[in-house]
Amino acid sequence: MKRTGIFVCHCGINIAGTVDVKKVAKELSKHKGVVHAEDYVYVCSDPGQNIIINAIKEKKLDSVVVACCSPTLHETTFRNTSKSAGLNAFQCEIANIREQCSWVHKDMEKATDKAIRITKSTVQRVRRNESLEPISVPVTRKAMVIGGGIAGIQSALDLANTGFEVILVERAPSIGGHMIQLSETFPTLDCSQCILTPKMVEVSKHPKIKLMTYSEVQDISGYVGNFKVKILKKPTYVDPDKCTLCDECTKVCPVVVPNEFDLGLTGRRAIYIPFPQAIPATFTLDIKSCPGLLPIACGKCADVCEPDAIDYDMKPEIVEEEVGAIIVATGYDLYEKELLTEYGYGKYPDVLDGLQFERLLSASGPTMGKILRPSDHKVPKEVVFIQCAGSRDPELHCAYCSKICCMYTAKHAMLYKHHVHDGQAYVFYIDIRSGGKDYEEFVQRAVENDGVLYLRGKVSKIFEDNGKIKVWGVDTLTGKDIEIDADMVVLATATRPSKGADELAKKLKIAMDKDGFLAEAHPKLRPVESVTSGMFLAGAAQAPKDIPEAVAQASGAAAKAISILSQDRLYHAPTVAKVNINLCTGCGMCVQVCPYDALSLKDGKAEVNEVLCEGCGTCSATCLRAAIQVKNMTPLQVNEMIKASLGG
Amino acid sequence: MAEEFEPKIVAFLCKWCSSAGSDLAGVSRMEYPSNVIPITVMCSGSVSPLYIFSAFNKGADGVLVSGCHPGDCHYIKGNFYARRRIALVKKLLEYVGLEPQRFQMSWVSAAEGIKYTQVIKDFVQELKPLGPQKKLRRIQ
Repeated sequence: MKRTGIFVCHCGINIAGTVDVKKVAKELSKHKGVVHAEDYVYVCSDPGQNIIINAIKEKKLDSVVVACCSPTLHETTFRNTSKSAGLNAFQCEIANIREQCSWVHKDMEKATDKAIRITKSTVQRVRRNESLEPISVPVTRKAMVIGGGIAGIQSALDLANTGFEVILVERAPSIGGHMIQLSETFPTLDCSQCILTPKMVEVSKHPKIKLMTYSEVQDISGYVGNFKVKILKKPTYVDPDKCTLCDECTKVCPVVVPNEFDLGLTGRRAIYIPFPQAIPATFTLDIKSCPGLLPIACGKCADVCEPDAIDYDMKPEIVEEEVGAIIVATGYDLYEKELLTEYGYGKYPDVLDGLQFERLLSASGPTMGKILRPSDHKVPKEVVFIQCAGSRDPELHCAYCSKICCMYTAKHAMLYKHHVHDGQAYVFYIDIRSGGKDYEEFVQRAVENDGVLYLRGKVSKIFEDNGKIKVWGVDTLTGKDIEIDADMVVLATATRPSKGADELAKKLKIAMDKDGFLAEAHPKLRPVESVTSGMFLAGAAQAPKDIPEAVAQASGAAAKAISILSQDRLYHAPTVAKVNINLCTGCGMCVQVCPYDALSLKDGKAEVNEVLCEGCGTCSATCLRAAIQVKNMTPLQVNEMIKASLGG
Repeated sequence: MAEEFEPKIVAFLCKWCSSAGSDLAGVSRMEYPSNVIPITVMCSGSVSPLYIFSAFNKGADGVLVSGCHPGDCHYIKGNFYARRRIALVKKLLEYVGLEPQRFQMSWVSAAEGIKYTQVIKDFVQELKPLGPQKKLRRIQ
């Protein structure tokens, strides 16, 4: 029989307010195998931990149960405490009597009874715990960053400048993400391209960064410190080493399709360079719009290519890499046009989204920085900006706030006025959310210096009337109906996770929140980690973010990745599956259900790869003979726990 | 007046979603009935049918298995196995004559403290009119 010690925490009044902690300790002291039971006001405090250490030594305890808060908080604390007193860390278990008991009940008698049951159940578990040592595994000192926007670029540079090798994977033909599409950035009005391109060049020239554009992560296996990645490198049909960027190919290409970089405001050829500063600086042949790779179908580009850079025989390539940590920075997309039809978005050519307006403002954009209506190329004199188009609308669209729109709308309206001095900008808003350094001042500048007219209210209807776009709305501050004959409408559409992020999340086995953004491990204390260890989040893939926030998080994610890559060895929880060879019949059912391919059949018996096993226990529930069990959570232990939960 | 029947419930909660969801209910101080004794397991996929029979055998009036939403399993697909297995267990329990309401499965994510609270409240309300479970209880 084991000698178990029980320590019941008051947590001030957090637990003691609803649970009679003295009674819990008293009841537990009568429990079989319990040789020590006491309560203390804060067991996690230094004196509290010393109580445990002394009891282990004095009473020769061989197992410990701390009845306190959730194991997600102090399990490590108390396991280390037990270890420092000479106990194996896995002989210490937590009974959660706070989150799952004292905080959710009011009746002291009932809560106390429940706390006693929970603690007894934990005692029954720890009684059969094995002493275990963490499994040590080597670390591959290389990282992968998925997504080549500003967040991915920043993470890759931080990692590379610390001395670690980085693979930067981007699915588009060039890195740069959405930031490279922007004109100026708030609140300083820095030219977006001017501040981003030096970083892009640094990425392309960095000896530690392997840049893989036009590539997608196809498959991933392994675990923290030792991931195996398969990356699909799509064929560009252009050899970047031979291409001289002479641009002859685009002159002969007969195909015109909407240009993604200008969000459809211009066209591009099937063979194209996304934008002049693209990294890598080379052309890409878009096979989806190309009439065909056979010379009989077209072949004009290859005919005119003097350096012979175009290779129609290029094949997709699967590149296998091993990395120790992964940063996911897949960014955002704007709310789909089809989902936001009420504002005439996608129906009227002069109703634009924020990114399209950025392109109109951009010096390198389709109009060379002149603001012109897409429909008739006239300068718009009245422009209506509509905030929260799709955001903060739980009935019809997204419930959340897209966060960046208040600021970029102020910027848009301000820049519009800088371009069109005699024009008028109107902004329909719900609230102005300008939290951030110098942000509020920036909004005030738009209102005071540039005469942007802010109207608090929503727009009810937008329709075309005599060459104008009629905007009906209401100003809730004056209570008056508003009717504006606008020349252009710009919608601050909601920010959504980028398309395909959900599929990637499934491949990486990282969780998403209810809106499809990647879920952080803890909303406050672990904001850059995903729930899967070794995978980190950066930028708008996690939640809508502006550039400074994305950059800060990217550096944070890089630092977190470095904390893994700089280790010699990593330690893996030893609570893994174990096979009882005498009971195993080699039926292989466990091998089939294992999500991690950690099981195999060897000489007609199941065998566990302890490094791959995550201890989920699916095998154990599948085995008909209880021949495979997870250490320290065996069916026998669960059975004892059930008994203690229901007993008395 | 006789005291109201208080069902005893054992809840198998997966560590990553449902147990975390119940922790969130705690952090948010959402009150719910104290009838449930939670047992945190690594994954709903690790809940063997034997655990469920064992709980009824030892006197549980209701058993809940709660895991991550389908597709969101921390262990990729453990909850799919749980879902299949539990559907079979439910049929078996009905076949032997146990009231189907006594055994339930729910999907509660780590962000769904409110949902966890509601699941427990509803479960307790459904069990109360049924009275004690005697069908599978071991005769003392």
